[in-house]
Amino acid sequence: MWIQMENKLTKNLYLFPYLLWIALFVIAPILLVLYYSFFDIEGNLSLINYQKFFTPVYLKMTFSSFWYAFLITAISLLIAYPTAYLLTKTKHKQLWLLLIIVPSWINLLLKAYAFIGIFGTYGAANSFLNLMGIGSQQILFTDFSFIFVSVYIFIPFMILPIFNSLNELNPTLLDAANDLGASKWTTFRRVIFPLTIDGVKSGCQVVFIPALSLFMLTRLIAGNRVITLGTSIEQHFLVTQDWGMGSTIAVFLIIIMVVIMVVTNTRKRGV
Amino acid sequence: MDKKMTPLSKLFLLVIFFILYAPIFFLVIFSFNSGETMYDFKGFSLEWYRELFQDTRLLIIVLNTVVVALLSALISTIIGVLGALAIHQAKKRQTKNTLLSLNNILIVSPDVIIGASFLILFTMAGIKLGFYSVLLSHIAFSIPIVVLMVLPKLMEMSPTLIDAARDLGASRWNVLTKVIIPFIIPGIFAGFFMALTYSFDDFAVTFFVTGNGFSTLSVEIYSLARRGISLNINALSALLFLFTMLLVVIYYFITQRNKVNGMGVRKH
Amino acid sequence: MNKLVRFFLIIALASAVLLFTISSLNTSQGYSGGNTLTIYNWGDYIDEDLIKQFEKETGIKVIYETFDSNEAMLTKIQQGGTTYDIAVPSEYMIDKMRHENLLLPLDQTKLPNLKYIDKRFMDLSFDPGNKYSIPYFWGTVGIVYNKKMLNGKNLTSWNDLWDPELQNEILLLDGAREVMGMGLNSLGYSLNDTKQAHLIAAKEKLDTLTPNVKAIVGDEIKMLLANEEASVGLVWSGDASEIMSENEDLDYVVPKEGSNLWFDNMVIPKTAKHIEAAHKFINFMLDPKVAAQNTEYVGYSTPNKQALKYMPKEIVNDERFYPSPALTKKLEVYDNLGKKNLAYYNELFLQFKMHTK
Repeated sequence: MWIQMENKLTKNLYLFPYLLWIALFVIAPILLVLYYSFFDIEGNLSLINYQKFFTPVYLKMTFSSFWYAFLITAISLLIAYPTAYLLTKTKHKQLWLLLIIVPSWINLLLKAYAFIGIFGTYGAANSFLNLMGIGSQQILFTDFSFIFVSVYIFIPFMILPIFNSLNELNPTLLDAANDLGASKWTTFRRVIFPLTIDGVKSGCQVVFIPALSLFMLTRLIAGNRVITLGTSIEQHFLVTQDWGMGSTIAVFLIIIMVVIMVVTNTRKRGV
Repeated sequence: MDKKMTPLSKLFLLVIFFILYAPIFFLVIFSFNSGETMYDFKGFSLEWYRELFQDTRLLIIVLNTVVVALLSALISTIIGVLGALAIHQAKKRQTKNTLLSLNNILIVSPDVIIGASFLILFTMAGIKLGFYSVLLSHIAFSIPIVVLMVLPKLMEMSPTLIDAARDLGASRWNVLTKVIIPFIIPGIFAGFFMALTYSFDDFAVTFFVTGNGFSTLSVEIYSLARRGISLNINALSALLFLFTMLLVVIYYFITQRNKVNGMGVRKH
Repeated sequence: MNKLVRFFLIIALASAVLLFTISSLNTSQGYSGGNTLTIYNWGDYIDEDLIKQFEKETGIKVIYETFDSNEAMLTKIQQGGTTYDIAVPSEYMIDKMRHENLLLPLDQTKLPNLKYIDKRFMDLSFDPGNKYSIPYFWGTVGIVYNKKMLNGKNLTSWNDLWDPELQNEILLLDGAREVMGMGLNSLGYSLNDTKQAHLIAAKEKLDTLTPNVKAIVGDEIKMLLANEEASVGLVWSGDASEIMSENEDLDYVVPKEGSNLWFDNMVIPKTAKHIEAAHKFINFMLDPKVAAQNTEYVGYSTPNKQALKYMPKEIVNDERFYPSPALTKKLEVYDNLGKKNLAYYNELFLQFKMHTK
């Protein structure tokens, strides 16, 4: 490609900041994490942390983290896709898109507190349920509230890449499909969705992977009824000061992430 | 909104926007509470706003937060675009995957680990904790998201476009500035705004790497939470929210009037 | 492209203007001069008027920073890169920091007000002779309950929490020592017990509490209890006094089996730059009138005997917060159990949390 013809020096200069960033802020921290994972809590070299990871406690935690992350991603996608699609149809679409992002600039902790207020026993949500004649429910500290708030937090990150790829769709393609007599559903399934799959993929990546390691919300909204790998890492780093175990869990998270990336990237689009 | 939309679609969007803004309106409403808590609304008062305007320390913290967000978004966007170009140009699939995986590690790593490892890093490098350590960390964790936003755009670009430009004798610099960048501008803007979002949102990393009196809003709010959040923070959020909304709308309509394509959208 | 460059320039320009504003604000507020004192304390753990008073009396500008856990504070101080002049860790952390050489010895000749501190709170095991630390506040761990919601039922012991009538009514603090301690105390074991069998028994006892546990939360517990989200909570005494002033139906009890007695002490970390000013500040906080004002604001119990004279009778005579000598005997201070035992406590606590589901 075009770069081949350039001499090596300019090419390297060009890449320097990014590679420096990778070396300093990605590789160095990974090595640190890996290094710490081989030390037990008293600072002796050992593999005990890895052994501990394969005990039922941590396996169960891994499983439940996956389950919640999956639910959060799936629901985000289900809501984000139609939202992004409809946004591309609006008149001032870039403005509406910005308005989707703006709420995420308000501090997360504050929004969590607002949700505690909304979902509480005497909160707005329950007043509404009472009004509807359903009666007061426990909403706070349930799976529902946890998933709801997580989806709320992540949804802009899902909408944005999907919106971008939908926005790039060539309208003539859709007209063509229409002219060929494809139904709306077929057009979506055979034309629109495959062409926006990259946006969906990057959306899923930026939601699923952080969702695996959520921590603040597990306490504030789920009252520690949901324990994820992130919660546990936070505890190990900040409370127990067992950096070894915390790092070990982090190592597994990194491995999981790499696996996910490789799997989602190998099925290359055939367009 | 567009006339092509069915009422059902409009309703759907309405519900989405309602939910997205509900907690914010909740915060704003309680900023006018004459009581002390976010639970029961005792009556209307502007007391919290008055208190807010007398608090210079809080003002400094807000400005700190904004500066860190703007600068880190700016710098990480530039580095991130270069990074996306680098990944895009990698010829071997394996190099590409390796770079991409390395890129994404910071997105997946729990904030606590990022914070802790950055803290160790800064200690080893002898960087004093404060503005620069926070700025560096924010740049560092925003870069991968910029890359992720820009990369799909690059992938969509057909290689023939560049080849054509080269054939017409465009220099490498020209190809970059006249062909590639204009094409990926929407991605760049998306990256910039995501970086801004990450920076505003971040609490855990900042918490680890700040020190010597430097504080950002999220760290301040977190430490206030110990006693239950005081409503002047609500008042502050309300003002910030209003300000952002104004900026967004003004920015949008200025760019509209200038007849530049909005946020840099390419029209087909 | 031009548009992009223009946009970036605008952002850069805006940042420059903001940076300039910040630095001039900092200078006008006196934060950037040399005559400062950096305090590292728990969030909202001091009456800010007192800081202003101190600044006025001495001309020293105070920079007040906060932490949310002893461990977070330790990490910052351990790593260097910060220059805190005063920190306020809890007792087990002081023991730890003392052993890791992170503290500077205090010059007691510069602290004439030290004489006002109650002798009961001096020379404790975590810092013999108060070489490194001066008591700031103390308190207990106990149960807050809502009399109205419990229809007048009184809770007096840890074992009362296992009452089936309290189903889904209890909020616990997210702290391994506190929750495990509740299990240990309810079985009559020490809070500093390290026998595996005892700890496992405590954890198993806690597991049977799960139907009653609504959530395990952090500082939000105060807001949740004050707003009657649940009727019973495991809390620190200072938090209890604070929410009891917000909601009259709440009452606090230190369970009769015994509980935890804790201290937060002022220390000077090794990284301190303004040691003279730090001593001045500690001495200032020990002044009885200052301590009394601070205590009324913060709500925890003061170790300053003389300060009690300046405080309302109903606070000083409240046995819930200034427990009788008989009850005090049953209270235990947390020992620094060492990393390994602490990790075991946390491991069991984690298992208990996973059981809550």
